[in-house]
Amino acid sequence: MEKPKKLFQSAFEKKLFLGQVKDFLLTLGRIAIIVGVSYVILSPIIGMVVNSIASTKDIYNPMMFVLPKEPSLEKYRLVIERMSYFPTIARDLLYTVTLTAVQLLVCSMVGYGFARFNFRFKTFLFACVVVMIVIPPHTIMLPLYTTFKNFDPLGLVSLITGSSVNLMSTVWPMYIMTALGCGVRSGLYIYIFTQFFRGLPKEIEEAAFVDGAGVWYTYFRIMLVNAMPSVITVTVFSLVWQFNDVFYANLFLVSEDVVISKKISSLASVIANQDKILNVTIQEQYVNAGILLILIPVVALYLLLQKRFIEGAERSGIVG
Amino acid sequence: MAKQKGDKRSGKRLTLLQRRDRKGYLFILPWLVGFAVFYVRSIFLTCQFAFSNLTMDAGQGGYKLEFVGLENFLYAFRVHPTFKQILTTSVMDMVIDVPLIIFFSLFMAILLNRKFPGRGLVRAIFFLPVILNSGAITAALDLSAQMMNGGVTSQVTEMQTVASDTVAFSMDYLIDMFVNYGIPAKLLDYMVQAVARINDIVRASGVQIVIFIAALQSIPGSLYEVAKIEGATGYETFWKVTFPMVMPHIITNIVYTIVDSYTGSDVVDLAYNTAFAQFNYGLSSVFSLVSSLATCLILVLVCGYIQKRTFYYT
Repeated sequence: MEKPKKLFQSAFEKKLFLGQVKDFLLTLGRIAIIVGVSYVILSPIIGMVVNSIASTKDIYNPMMFVLPKEPSLEKYRLVIERMSYFPTIARDLLYTVTLTAVQLLVCSMVGYGFARFNFRFKTFLFACVVVMIVIPPHTIMLPLYTTFKNFDPLGLVSLITGSSVNLMSTVWPMYIMTALGCGVRSGLYIYIFTQFFRGLPKEIEEAAFVDGAGVWYTYFRIMLVNAMPSVITVTVFSLVWQFNDVFYANLFLVSEDVVISKKISSLASVIANQDKILNVTIQEQYVNAGILLILIPVVALYLLLQKRFIEGAERSGIVG
Repeated sequence: MAKQKGDKRSGKRLTLLQRRDRKGYLFILPWLVGFAVFYVRSIFLTCQFAFSNLTMDAGQGGYKLEFVGLENFLYAFRVHPTFKQILTTSVMDMVIDVPLIIFFSLFMAILLNRKFPGRGLVRAIFFLPVILNSGAITAALDLSAQMMNGGVTSQVTEMQTVASDTVAFSMDYLIDMFVNYGIPAKLLDYMVQAVARINDIVRASGVQIVIFIAALQSIPGSLYEVAKIEGATGYETFWKVTFPMVMPHIITNIVYTIVDSYTGSDVVDLAYNTAFAQFNYGLSSVFSLVSSLATCLILVLVCGYIQKRTFYYT
C-alpha cells in the first residue's frame, strides 16, 4: 500500500513515468535497428577503406584486423595519377549534370502530361512506359547502334551534308536519347513523376487556373515546386545512375576521359601493365581505392541535395 | 480568338477542360517521339528475330534474315535444357522478394523520416546501396572478389562468420518456440530465409527507401494536424493517413523491385549470353520476349490489384 504511493504521487504521474519508459525503450529499439542495418550496409565499405589504406606490410600481417598499423595514402596517389582523376571527374560531372538536367525537364513534363491530362490512348501509352521500364536494355542494343552509326533523322542530315553522320564515340547519342525521354532509366523517372503529380491536391491547380495561369506556367511555377521531393529524388537517382552507367557508355563508345566509371573496370589491368604490380591482392587494394574515389563525389552531391530534400518537404507542407 | 477558331474547326463546342486536355499531347510529345524511334523499332526487330534465323554478314555489319516460323519458340520450350527452369526460378524470385523489400523499405523510411541527431549521416549511409548496386562498381567488386584469395576483406568476413557462430545461441530453440505458437512452418521458413539474406535485402532496397522517404515528405502536414486534433492514435494515423498517402509509391516501388529483380535475373543473362556469346539472335529474342511478357503480366496483375485500392486526387 505504501510503496506505490511513494513512487508516484498520482495516477497521472505514474502514467507519465510509464510513458517515458516506453519512449525510452522505443528509442533504444530504433537506434539498435538503425545501427544494425547501417553496419550491414557499411561493412563492405569499411573493408574497402581498410584495404586501400593498408600498406603492403600490413596486408601480409595476420595480426592486423580493421586498423592497419602503418596506414598510407600511397595507393590513392597512384590511382589518382593513373586515372587522371581530377580532369576526368570534372568532365564526367559536367556530362552527368547536364544530362540530369535534361532528364529532369523531359521526364517531369511527360509525367505531368500523364498525371493531369485525359487525352486519347492515355492508358495504352502509359502501358508503353511500363514496357519501356521492363525491356532489358540489351534487347534494344542493335537498333540503337545502327541508328546512331548512320544518324539521319528523316533524311534531314543527308539533305544538308550529303551523307549521314556517324555519332559513335561522341556524347551526342546520349543527349539525344535523354532529350527524347529514352535515356538511362527514363521510364522509371516518368513513372515516379506521374505517381507524385497524381498525389498532389487538385485544388492547387484549380486555384492557379482561376487566377489565369496557363498550363505551362502552372506546370513550371506551381506543380514542379510542389513536387519538390520527387524532383530531388529523381535528381539523385539520375545523377547516380548516369554517373555509374557503363552500358550506354560502352554501346556508344563514349570516351573513357568523359565517363570515369569505364576507367574503374580497366584499372586493375592498367596498374598491372604500367606499374608492373602483378600481385592480385595488391591490385585489389588499388581497385578499392579507385572505387572509393569514384564514390566520394556522388556521396558529396547527395549530401548537398539532401538538405534541399528537407526544405522541399517543409515547403510542400505549407502549401498543402 | 483561339477559342473561336477551335470551335469552327471541330464544328462543336469543346469544353474548357477538353481543350486543356489536348495540351497533354504537347507534354508527352518528346517521349512519344523517342519511344517511337528507339523502342517501337527495337520491339519490332526483336519480334522479327524471334521468328527467323539470323546470319551475320561479315561486310558492313549487316545481317540476313530467314523466316522459320515458330521454330525458335519450339526449340526454347521443348529442346533447350535449362530455359524453362531458369525462367520459372527467375519469375519466382521476382515474386518472393517483393513483399519483403517493400515492407522493409517502408519500415526503414518511416524510421529515417523522424527527427533525430545524425539523421543526415544515417540517410547518407542508407543511400550507399543505391550507388554500390550500380553497374561499374559491382562489376569491379565482383572482379576483384574473384581474384581475391586472402587479405583484409576476407578476414573481415571471416570474423563476421566466427562472430555469428558464437552469438547464434541455438537458433533452433527460437524456431521451435515459434512453431509451438502455431505459426505455419512455411511462413517461418520464409522469415528465417529473409533474415539470413538480410544483406541482399538491404542492398536491394536502397532505391525504395529513398522513394518512400520522398513520399512521406510529400504528405501535407495539415493532414497530421487534423488527425492529432481529432485525437487519433499513432496507429490510427498510420493506417488512415500515412498508408493511403504512400500507396501510389508502393506501386512505384513494386514496379521498380520487380524490374530490378528481372534485369538482374538469370534469364536476362541467358538471353544476353545466347546473343553475344553464341550469336544465336533468334533464340535470344525468344528468351527476351517470353521473359519480358511474363514480367509485364506480373506487373499488370499486381499493380492492377493495388491500383484499384489506391486513392488519387483525380
